[in-house]
Amino acid sequence: MRNQSLSTINSQLSSVNSQLSSVNSQLSSEKDVRSLDAMCINESQLEHKWYHLLKYLIAGIFFGIILVKAEVISWFRIQEMFRLQSFHMYGVIGSAVITGMISVWLIKKFKVKTIYGEPVTFHPKKFDKGQVYGGLLFGFGWALTGACPGPIFAQIGTGATVVIVTLLSAIAGTWVYGLIREKLPH
Amino acid sequence: MLDIIKQPWPWYIAGPLIGLIVPALLILGNKAFGISSSLRHICAACLPANIPFFKYDWKKEAWNLFFVSGVLVGGFLAAHYLNDPDPVRINPKLNAELSGYGITNHSNLVPLDLMNWQTIFTLKGFLLMIAGGFLVGFGTRYAGGCTSGHSIIGLSMLQWPSFIATCCFMIGGFIVANLILPLILSL
Repeated sequence: MRNQSLSTINSQLSSVNSQLSSVNSQLSSEKDVRSLDAMCINESQLEHKWYHLLKYLIAGIFFGIILVKAEVISWFRIQEMFRLQSFHMYGVIGSAVITGMISVWLIKKFKVKTIYGEPVTFHPKKFDKGQVYGGLLFGFGWALTGACPGPIFAQIGTGATVVIVTLLSAIAGTWVYGLIREKLPH
Repeated sequence: MLDIIKQPWPWYIAGPLIGLIVPALLILGNKAFGISSSLRHICAACLPANIPFFKYDWKKEAWNLFFVSGVLVGGFLAAHYLNDPDPVRINPKLNAELSGYGITNHSNLVPLDLMNWQTIFTLKGFLLMIAGGFLVGFGTRYAGGCTSGHSIIGLSMLQWPSFIATCCFMIGGFIVANLILPLILSL
């Protein structure tokens, strides 16, 4: 009798265990899928109401204004950059990188926390051939459209409505990449 | 003061301000600056089609969609309230080259001679906007990031894969702008 109940408990335990491990594997695969591109892992463990996201809208507004006022979203400025006819774009990107570098260094050195008190984390990027092939393909597109993804959104905002077509096409490009990802060299 | 803001901003003002977006997003919520991921989240939200690459909870990345919506609103605000009435001042050499292709309208950041609702149905417009846009979306995701994710935050974190990606962005751009674009513009 006792033996029997022990064995049922045992089997129940093992089934709970297997359920747990399947949940675990689902969790890790979800994170794996999202981290396929290193930029998009939400590390926050905290649950917030949706309006907490409005702060990113405001950050985006600032970014959009800077992009327009610095003419970074100008097709003409991009053409100058790729013809080495102007220092402007190199100055913008170069000084942005230096500012970013100093900021990251300070955040690491002083272990700066987020406004919610969570630690700021950094994820090293892994090299794969995609950075070469994809990088070249993006470079081709950048020279044609005169816009990388951020400027596409800003250009639409300035009233260049036809760029909506470019955006839809970029979304289609991303979708096709997802579709044939397994067949591409990485 | 407003007059100064309305003029085009020099690189030494704009660059550091863009750089400050990196710590701003990290401190606001441990977010890594990146724009092209938004295109992936849009795919995951609208048409995941059972593709593993799009099977994730995009709502966890909703901050990114709020951020790019902000970029769009920022573009609107800058163009309507902080507008500089003068055309984009471009290098005389580029000006001469573009005039040769009939591109003379510099009144907008986007070349209106090339990119408008009429030209989109021409081969030139198709190559510049539709093929170009496709390459931007495909290439950035293949590379795992764009100018923001690789060139700005990736280099800020001293990541050598991002350095390689940035070099490839530039090589690709140099090839097309100097060798291919003249052929397309003379169509």
